[in-house]
Formats: sequence, C-alpha cells, structure tokens
Amino acid sequence: MLRFLSLRLASSLFALLIITLIVFLLSHLSGSPVDALLPDDASQEQIDAFVRDWGLDKPLWRQYLTFLGNALQGDFGTSLKWPGEDAMGFVLDRMPATLNLGGLAILISVVIALPLGVAAAVYKSSPIDSGAQIFALLGQSMPNFWLGIILIWVFSVWLGWLPTSGMGTIAHAVLPAIAIAWFQISALARLTRSAMLEVLDAEYIKLARVKGVPEWKVVWKHALRNAAVVPLTYFGILAASILTGSVVIETVYSWPGMGWVAIEAIRGRDFPVVQAVIIAYAVIYMISTLVVDLLYVLVDPRIRHG
Amino acid sequence: MADTPIRTVPSPGLWRRARSLPLVPIGVLLTVFIIPAFFAEWIAPHDPYVPNLKARLQPPVFFGGTWEFAMGTDRLGRDILSRILHGAWYVLAVSMIGIAVGVVVGTTLGLVAGYVRGWFDGLVMRLVDISLALPAMLLALALAAALGASFLSVVIVVGFALWAYFARQVRAEVLLLRKSDFVARSLVAGSSHARILFRHILPNVTNTIVVLATLQVGIAIMLDASLSFLGIGIPRPTPTWGLLVSDGRDFIATDWWISFFPGLAILLTVLSANMLGDWLRDRLDPRQRQI
Repeated sequence: MLRFLSLRLASSLFALLIITLIVFLLSHLSGSPVDALLPDDASQEQIDAFVRDWGLDKPLWRQYLTFLGNALQGDFGTSLKWPGEDAMGFVLDRMPATLNLGGLAILISVVIALPLGVAAAVYKSSPIDSGAQIFALLGQSMPNFWLGIILIWVFSVWLGWLPTSGMGTIAHAVLPAIAIAWFQISALARLTRSAMLEVLDAEYIKLARVKGVPEWKVVWKHALRNAAVVPLTYFGILAASILTGSVVIETVYSWPGMGWVAIEAIRGRDFPVVQAVIIAYAVIYMISTLVVDLLYVLVDPRIRHG
Repeated sequence: MADTPIRTVPSPGLWRRARSLPLVPIGVLLTVFIIPAFFAEWIAPHDPYVPNLKARLQPPVFFGGTWEFAMGTDRLGRDILSRILHGAWYVLAVSMIGIAVGVVVGTTLGLVAGYVRGWFDGLVMRLVDISLALPAMLLALALAAALGASFLSVVIVVGFALWAYFARQVRAEVLLLRKSDFVARSLVAGSSHARILFRHILPNVTNTIVVLATLQVGIAIMLDASLSFLGIGIPRPTPTWGLLVSDGRDFIATDWWISFFPGLAILLTVLSANMLGDWLRDRLDPRQRQI
C-alpha cells in the first residue's frame, strides 16, 4: 500500500511538473515575457531589473529552473491588473471562496444523487427509475452556465427568494452550488444506480434477506456499502468537473473566487495572476485526486492488501 | 435509448432497421444543428451581424412579439434566431475539427503504442495519464492568456481534452488484436508491420472509434460553448452559442429570450448527440456499455 501511495504521489508531482512546463513555455510562446509580464509603460530600468531577476538572458532550460524555483516559493511576480498585489497571494486570498462553493456543490450532489440512484435501482423500471434516467440525461446535456442564468431568472427575478449574485450569506451560495452540482448529480446517480443493481443481485444480499434483515437495512447498509466503491472512483473526475464548473459558474454569479479571478486576469492580460491561478488549481486538483485514491484504498480491502 | 416494442410479426429487415433508428434525436440534430450549419445563409431571416436599432429588444412571438423576429432581438436589434442559425456553423466546425484532431492523434498513438509495446508504449500511456489528469479548462485558460483566444486555440483545447480517451481505448484493443491469428498469418504471408497495423488492425477498431467519437460530440460542443461563454473561445463578433448566452446574461430579468434560446439550442443539440451516441454504442460496440 505504501508503494501504491508513493507511486501515486510521484505521478501527481510529475503531472504538476508538466503543468509548470506548459505554463512556462506558453508564456514564452506569446513573445518575450517582458511584454507579457510587464506593463506596456515599463521603464528601461524596470525591464533590466526584470530581465536580471528572471534570468531572461540565460538559456531556456535555466530560465525554466529559475521559474520553477520561484514558483516553489510561491513567487509568480506581481499582478498587473490589481497593482501592488502579489500574484499568488492574491489568488490564495480567493481560494476559500472557491473551496466553500465547491464543497457545497459536492455536498449537494452526494445528498441528492445517492438516494436518487439507490431508489432508481431498488424500484427498477418504475416511474422513479425512468424519472431519474430522464433527469440524468437532461443533466448531462444542459450547459451549466445556461442553467445558472435560468436559476437566477426563476429564483431571484421571479420568485425573489435568493440573491442574484455576489458573495455574503449562505443564500448567495445556494444557486451557484446547485448550478455546479447539477451535472455531477446526474452522473453520480447513474453510477450509483448501476452499481446498486449489480450488488442487489449478490448472494450475500439474498442471504441477508433470508436471515430476516429488514429491507431498508439490506439496501442502505449491506448493499450501498459495497456499491459505494464505484461512485467513489468517479470522485476524481468529479473534482475536475467541479473545478471547471467553478470557473464558469463563478463568472455567472460574480462569485469572487479563483475562477472569477482567472477570467478577469485573462481579460486584463494579467499573466502572473493567470499563471498563479492555473498552478493553484492544479495543486488543488492533484491533492483531491490523491485524497480520493486514499479513500478508495481505505474502502476497498482488495487494494489495501493487493 | 431506442425503445423496443414487442413484435408479434417479424418485420422485413430494412423496415425494422429504419424503425429502430432514433428518429427524434436525428431529426432534432438535423433541424437545430446540421442544416443551420450549412444553410444558415439561406434560412436565416435576418442578417446576424448588422444592428437594427429600430427593432431593439423585440420579445419573441407569443410573448408580445411577431413572427418577423420569432425568437426576439437583442440590445442592438439583431435577430436572435438568425444569430443562432449562423452560430451553428462555428459550433459544428470547432467540435468536428477538435474531435478529428483527437481521433487522429489518439488513434495513431494508441495503434502504434499497442503494437510495438516497449518504451514507446510506456511513454504514450504516461502522456495519457497526464492528459486525463489535467482538466482541459486549465489548458484553455493558459492558451487564452498566452496566445489570445482564437478558432485554433479552441480546436487545440478540444483535441487535447479528447485524444487520450481514443489512445487508451485503441491501445487496449490492439493489445488483444495483435495476438490474433490473422495478424500472425499476415506476418507469415510477408506483410509489413505498417500494412498489418493500418490495413488489418485499424479496420477492426473503427467501430470503437466511431462510437467513442459520437459520444464525444456532446462533450466537445459543451466545452466550446463554455469557452465562448467565458470569452476565451472564438472571439467576437462570431455568434457562437456560448457567446450568445453570455450576451443576455445581464438582461435575464427583463429580456430573458436573449440567453434562453441559444442555451436551448445547445441543450437540444448535446442531448440528441448523446442519445445518438448511446444508440450507436449499443448497436456497434456493446462492450463499451459500462463506461
């Protein structure tokens, strides 16, 4: 198991390294980083200092090492759009907002998707099942930004129940979290359904029923416990999809998280902040997939001892 | 997805095959997506680009508007329906070229990796892992920031998001196929490796590729729409669907139709593409079902 974990850690770090390389190369592809990273009206002294600090007069691989070294210390330069802000510090300030929203979205999707998937499996080919399937099909085909706008239209404009945008109370987070969660709900529910269908056929479930274990206990304890491994494997993809969703949905709801910063920074051609956001996102993503793998190992004894 | 009614009389083959075609998704796909993509010039009632300030913010027909602007107009008086119809071409082009890039790169690498094995296989699979572990959105952000958004950058992002799936799937099948008798016999008969790979093995994985590619259409369209919604897709004034939705974002309280109809076009297109993909998978490659 230690071997498995260290292998996973190594491959995560390697992927992270590739991302820094991509980000680095792209910043050079766009012309001189002096143009990309310094304001247009930078003085000659500023440019010289910049060239010296970042070693732009050195060969490319040396520059990459310098970039990597600075990145490891969290130094991505200062923001152009938000003057005086340290790029990574600025991004880190926004991280809690994104994590809160993502966490709420995960919570909503699990709380809705698991019971829905279980019910669809238990009452197979019933109206509940077909309803869940239609919901899943719709959920996977609906653009989340459009759903976000429609939710604002219905719940904020028509009904006036929830605020349209911004951050503050928990009420502000409800609509964006639902908009992010929607897609995951359908995917998770479908996975849970097929996993449950498989498990409900197993011998030990029949045995539990024969022994007289109440049906709700058979379903929710014996079956779900074994079926839960399958949706869990999906959590890695879930993390990626929530990350992508947060970029889009934060823009829809002007939620001042990392995704919103990323888009604003791109509009303002603020390359240091864009670099910092991408690396920060990648780190969050790598950590969450690592955690999922850990959970997976803990849940499934076959891997633990394999 | 196709429902299977109980058949009492065996129907003639062609008729049965035609009946089991998912006609509704195909019809929707044609009307909303494919026909507009090629014939928008002739179908669209108005010019999608030229402002018409006399007709600003007309509501859609049945909501106080007229058939003249069936889906209403935007703040500059441009006909929403015409903009959607003209946008279809760009959505189609980006998703098809993006998928084509993914198919060509992924299939070639998967074929060769599975056939030659060794270090090349290891390298390709490592790249597949990394690519699957990188949300495409991050690359999209980096590309947009470095090079500026363009048709090319969106195609790169879509291709990047998809190639690894093809590479992984094709490689897995080649690993099985290379051990089969027909490969050994062609080798004995003196075929070159290239000939075996492209004339004998490739035709055996085409079904898989076609099914996978169809299932990716929805993903590609959704990715393109998200990017253009964020303003990092094909730049203005091209009326891509995501951009049309974002145009109406700030006016949803008063002029809902600006965002509503373009989003509906995305929903219908992706929904039918997904249904068609599911149907095709059940038909051609039932083994992929569990994915």
